[in-house]
Amino acid sequence: MAVLHSAPKYASNDGVADALKGALGDMVSGVHEEHGEILLTVVRDRLADAMRALRDGQEYQQLMEIAGVDYPSRAERFEVCYCLLSVTKNHRLIVKVSTDEAKPVPSVTSIWPNAGWLEREVFDLYGVLFSGNDDLRRILTDYGFEGHPFRKDFPLTGHVELRYSEEDKRVVYQPVSLPQDFRSFDFMSPWEGADYVLPGDEKAAETPAPPAVDKPKTTDKPSDTGAGAKTDAKSDDKVSAPPPAKAEGKVDADAPTTTEDRPAKKARKGKGADTAKATEVKKEDGE
Amino acid sequence: MTMQLEQSPTTGDEVITNYTINFGPQHPAAHGVLRMVMELDGEIIERVDPHVGLLHRGTEKLIEYKTYLQALPYFDRLDYCSPLAMEYSYVLAIEKMLNVEVPIRAQYLRVLFAELTRICNHMLNLGSHVMDVGAMTPNLWMFEIREDCLNFFERASGARMHSAWYRPGGVHQDVPLKLLTDIGDWLDKRLPELFGDAMSLVVDNRIFKQRNVDIAVVSKADALAWGFSGPMIRAAGVPWDLRKSQPYDVYDRMDFEIPVGTNSDCYDRFMVRVQEVYQSAKIMKQCLAEMPDGPIASLDRKVSPPKRGEMKSSMEALIHHFKLYTEGFHVPAGEVYVATESPKGEFGVYLVSDGSNKPYRCKIRPTAFSHLQAMDMMCKGHMLPDATAILGAIDVVFGECDR
Repeated sequence: MAVLHSAPKYASNDGVADALKGALGDMVSGVHEEHGEILLTVVRDRLADAMRALRDGQEYQQLMEIAGVDYPSRAERFEVCYCLLSVTKNHRLIVKVSTDEAKPVPSVTSIWPNAGWLEREVFDLYGVLFSGNDDLRRILTDYGFEGHPFRKDFPLTGHVELRYSEEDKRVVYQPVSLPQDFRSFDFMSPWEGADYVLPGDEKAAETPAPPAVDKPKTTDKPSDTGAGAKTDAKSDDKVSAPPPAKAEGKVDADAPTTTEDRPAKKARKGKGADTAKATEVKKEDGE
Repeated sequence: MTMQLEQSPTTGDEVITNYTINFGPQHPAAHGVLRMVMELDGEIIERVDPHVGLLHRGTEKLIEYKTYLQALPYFDRLDYCSPLAMEYSYVLAIEKMLNVEVPIRAQYLRVLFAELTRICNHMLNLGSHVMDVGAMTPNLWMFEIREDCLNFFERASGARMHSAWYRPGGVHQDVPLKLLTDIGDWLDKRLPELFGDAMSLVVDNRIFKQRNVDIAVVSKADALAWGFSGPMIRAAGVPWDLRKSQPYDVYDRMDFEIPVGTNSDCYDRFMVRVQEVYQSAKIMKQCLAEMPDGPIASLDRKVSPPKRGEMKSSMEALIHHFKLYTEGFHVPAGEVYVATESPKGEFGVYLVSDGSNKPYRCKIRPTAFSHLQAMDMMCKGHMLPDATAILGAIDVVFGECDR
């Protein structure tokens, strides 16, 4: 696919995937390229070795970012993504490992000192453990916070809210109380895989299926349809009642009075009444 | 009245133990809400433990619940001193996944305003850095330049700070010609005059140099290992600038230089930023001279909405407009990491899409996170007042650091 976008352009990816696979050997469990990014999946236990090999052998000197991602449907629900940068080769690389709540990921703090805070952040927000990081405190959330807020099953509104209590003269925590339930708007087209029930449709889903009939009823004779001379004779009869107001010639008490016979307003006095002049094009003096 | 002599703690054989103080979280030199637990030996810093996250708002989680376009204004609120630079990474990340072509005028406009943002950001940082070490006047003068920048933003987007002006596929609205000529005049006359005046008070000032030269020297190897970027790594003598090495939009057409430091101290970081202001002005002048006419947003109606006039006369345009502002556009599944050179360093967005109209995950790489983490390494052995100079030279903004 031709590259049309104008996002940052760095050195070509040609042959890089194979070179990395060759250099790292069995530490790599998968490598693929999409949207112009090379994604390298590494065996979790070998992460530290692979990172050291990438830094020293492949010249990826800088660790720019560690991002956690939560995929609750997977067996190992968390993915930890390391964004590496090579300033000599002018190239970027994303290295990924997967893990779950219990299995720790080897820390890379001994390879890059700035991994410390980045790992703390992933631990804080997702609850991923890093073995070898001896300072795994929370970093972004409040002191004494419970839970890991960026997991997909953590509610957006959280569990606690805080306010200043006038009685206690301090800030107090209390369970979140919402005057209106949190509403997540989903604007997906109903025919393109939206999985919600439209308002009013919930009843339709609940209605039980009609009872099964042993022998389906069929129309065998013309008389079964109700057609015939008798029906034809009745076809001219009015069934519904005529409209009430017109028929009786009375005015409804609640109806508003008409404004047609009201006297017209007097023309306004003053400068603002006539706007025609203001909108006309002024003629130049010379013309 | 009897007078009692106070006993000095240093007399005799008494051993003085280290003590711990809190720097911040509400301190004017902490540039926002930063709490640093400092262990001091007298006035010498032994250990610094910065506590961040006091401004954590869960931006990344909020973005997961919004469509791609609705999430854009959150980026203005990250680094509120350089809002457009924050939007830049995000729109480029979306464009990379959609592989959408951006018209050339839009690219010029984005580069022009990104550089104006850089000047605007540096005015605030240089001014507050100077004020942190004791000078008042330059800050006031540079705020005047910043005010001009904010007025330009207002004339382009309608908002002084939170512009939300960059859009996937281009920019939101075209700018009037008068604005471009005014920016040109400003670059020619007002900026060099005001900025030159302000800098003449500082750069050769004896007191300023005493407070900054040889403070927090970081070696090249350390700067790379700690993930430094932007002026912090350039001051260490590494000529690394994403605008030059990984050009985006029309930066590859621009002729500018990368200022680098020689000594890698706070003074070099300051001077790198001073030179960057002049380089930014140079880029802006080129943009103004070369900018062609044409559309300012992608013509792909599945990404960028039609003009309002068109919408009122064409049924198809109306459908596109309605779909884009309710459902929004869908982004192909996959993941990208896109980083741009924000005024503070490498600002990256790691975007994961599941093919729907909302980001599955949007990880923001703040510049300050890596720099602030190195506070302990940089402050060790320096005096307590040096911490404010070091912090000022890092250029932190907590909206971005804590997200």
